[in-house]
Amino acid sequence: MKKKRSVLEIISSVRFIHILLAIILGFMVGAIFLAVMGVSVGDAYGKLLDSVTTVKGLSYVIVYATPYILTGLSVAFSFKTGVFNIGAEGQFVVGSMAAAVTGILLKDLPKPALIPLCFIAAMLAGALWGIIVGTLKTKWGINEVLAMIMFNWIAFYLSNYIAGLPGIKNTGTAEATQTISENARTLLSKDVINQLGLAPTANWGILVAIAAMFLVWFIIEKTTLGYELKTVGSNRFAAEYGGIGVNRSILTALAISGALAGLGGALQLMGMGSRISIFSAQESFGFGGIVVALIGCSNPFGALAAGLFYGALTYGGSKLNLVGAPTQLISVIVGTVVFFIAISVIFERLGGGLRARRNAAARADKEKREAAKEPPVKAVQAPKGDGAAGPVNKNEGKEGEAK
Amino acid sequence: MKKILALTLSLCLILGLAACGGSTDTTTAAPETTKAQDQTTAAPETTKAPETTKAPETTAAPAAKIKVGMVTDVGGVNDQSFNQTSWEGLQALAAEDSSFEVKYLESKTDADYQTNINTFIDDGYDLIICVGYMLADATKEAAEANPNQKFAIIDDSTCADLPNVACLMFAQEQASYLVGLVAGSVTKSKTVGYVQGMVSDTMNLFGIGYITGVLEVCPDAQVLQYNANNFGDIPGGNTAAKDMITKGADVIYHAAGGTGMGVINACDEAGIWAIGVDTDQSPLAPEHVITSAMKRVDVASQDISKAVKDGKFTAGVHLYDLSNGGVDLAPTRTHIPAEVLQLVEEKKAAIIAGQFKVPTTVDECPAFTLK
Repeated sequence: MKKKRSVLEIISSVRFIHILLAIILGFMVGAIFLAVMGVSVGDAYGKLLDSVTTVKGLSYVIVYATPYILTGLSVAFSFKTGVFNIGAEGQFVVGSMAAAVTGILLKDLPKPALIPLCFIAAMLAGALWGIIVGTLKTKWGINEVLAMIMFNWIAFYLSNYIAGLPGIKNTGTAEATQTISENARTLLSKDVINQLGLAPTANWGILVAIAAMFLVWFIIEKTTLGYELKTVGSNRFAAEYGGIGVNRSILTALAISGALAGLGGALQLMGMGSRISIFSAQESFGFGGIVVALIGCSNPFGALAAGLFYGALTYGGSKLNLVGAPTQLISVIVGTVVFFIAISVIFERLGGGLRARRNAAARADKEKREAAKEPPVKAVQAPKGDGAAGPVNKNEGKEGEAK
Repeated sequence: MKKILALTLSLCLILGLAACGGSTDTTTAAPETTKAQDQTTAAPETTKAPETTKAPETTAAPAAKIKVGMVTDVGGVNDQSFNQTSWEGLQALAAEDSSFEVKYLESKTDADYQTNINTFIDDGYDLIICVGYMLADATKEAAEANPNQKFAIIDDSTCADLPNVACLMFAQEQASYLVGLVAGSVTKSKTVGYVQGMVSDTMNLFGIGYITGVLEVCPDAQVLQYNANNFGDIPGGNTAAKDMITKGADVIYHAAGGTGMGVINACDEAGIWAIGVDTDQSPLAPEHVITSAMKRVDVASQDISKAVKDGKFTAGVHLYDLSNGGVDLAPTRTHIPAEVLQLVEEKKAAIIAGQFKVPTTVDECPAFTLK
């Protein structure tokens, strides 16, 4: 009984070890690429580490991580509830645009009113984007992954369209929206930033991210809603049989997931971005969220840790150019990490097989040793010795038959 | 089951990443020369090493170096356009004059501009070159917060009133006018095409100049115009160009960055003339790129870096036009008929002499219809 539990313990901790291993392997593969390119591995990784270990660097990491934590939570939440929210990208974009429009048009509102309004607008927009896809799925059975990928592009061009509208468009030459009102920014005060030597974009968005993390954990673990969503996630037919409204659950899950991604968009805009450019390529905050959710094991607390890790890579990676390494190295590392996390499932199985074989071997070995030990004992205690030696003899006999 | 789901999803993701990587590969694959350039940048670093080994002089050596940092816009350093050109210019400068140390930082999103500029400020760079008008707001903010830091910004004049920002402007309408003359002269179908990356006052200069040039030599020509509203949409550029070719266009000019790659590909396939922009784009399709409207961003970046070294940095607008070689036809001119080239040279001389001014506003060029 005791033995069984320890094996379970190993397996449960292995998940975390696997992720650490995957990260280490990711950096090793990155190192190989660096070596091939003729860039000093020490220089590059040293730069990466240096740039994120100062006070300023850490504040940058938090600033960069905040949106990824939210999109990571969004995707993690969807994983838990059995839908794959690959549409976090689009929800992030519409959320961010909704916050921008609010922050530009209502620029005269005071801070305590405008900031919550921007958050609400962003969450509503993100939730709406999720619900549309959810409706397509529940009403007509349209695969949500395909619909979401398309909705990412709809969001992309919608954002570009809105950014070009008069009243929203930048009054200067920039192909972007106007800068949002100072009253909609979540920046820390200039004095605090200067005194502590933080990043100029240091903001309190991370607190919102942490609050969202606890909220997600609470919904999933402590509410009936979360129980229903999880049940639908693990087996929708069983859930339906159990009297749970599956379609309603999917819609709720996508709405919450979308609202989280949309909030991420608002935090990014109100913290660091301050305006939205006319995109020429997807900015990939949502796709980053998928990585964060995978590294974070679809766990809200994991998403926070993984988000910070991803933020550190993104910010530290932006400085790689300075030592002659391409910033694309980060994509290589992240891609490899995701790859190894993906195949860690296989490793686990192989490990399980190995363990089973090893256990079997150990058992056989023990039996043999016991058998070897037995004879002298046998001389004293004949009946017991017979029983222990028995199986070994039987096996030998079988082998002989097979030959 | 859940694990298998997670596995397949991650595989999808990896495939997705691979697919995304693929598209950037196509843009980075072409300039294999950049590899060589990376090596040349590595070279100055190795020469730097002996300096640091000279222990007593280490304090003097870094002070003598002029550190120039370049921040790209979201196009990245291999955009085959102004980011790449200015970086190549800076690399050439560092190669010939070892007192320059040049670095670049790539911006992935709009929010990275400020971060990257601040990285250079924190590292004590002498000059920060911001490539592109998209960086105008970030540059302005950083320049106001750091009045002793010297900045240069390419293609923007909104920071001209700041005492520490040099605005490197190019008379794009002049170069576009010259390629317009070429297009109007070589078209047989009297139908030419034009693809623009975005509608804005700065970008419209390309179209206005081009159309003025075309109509001057071929008054009854039809100019098909298309706003891609995107600088990175290669398939979109390709489709737009094919549409124009179907409608009879036999010369197409693009001022659309990466989108223009699609335009040039389509022209190459259809065997009609393409006109490149910013850099000499002839290598992209040597048989079918007749010319390019060159913008010497490299020269401008070098000039301003040298000015910093010599203590002659001046803020305000620095205009690069035909008269100082800041804009021109690309040096590859083998496909242009001699008489057309002669016409171009005459018009060029007229512009330099001030006898003719290329229009710069939509009102002066009613044929320009993009909005």
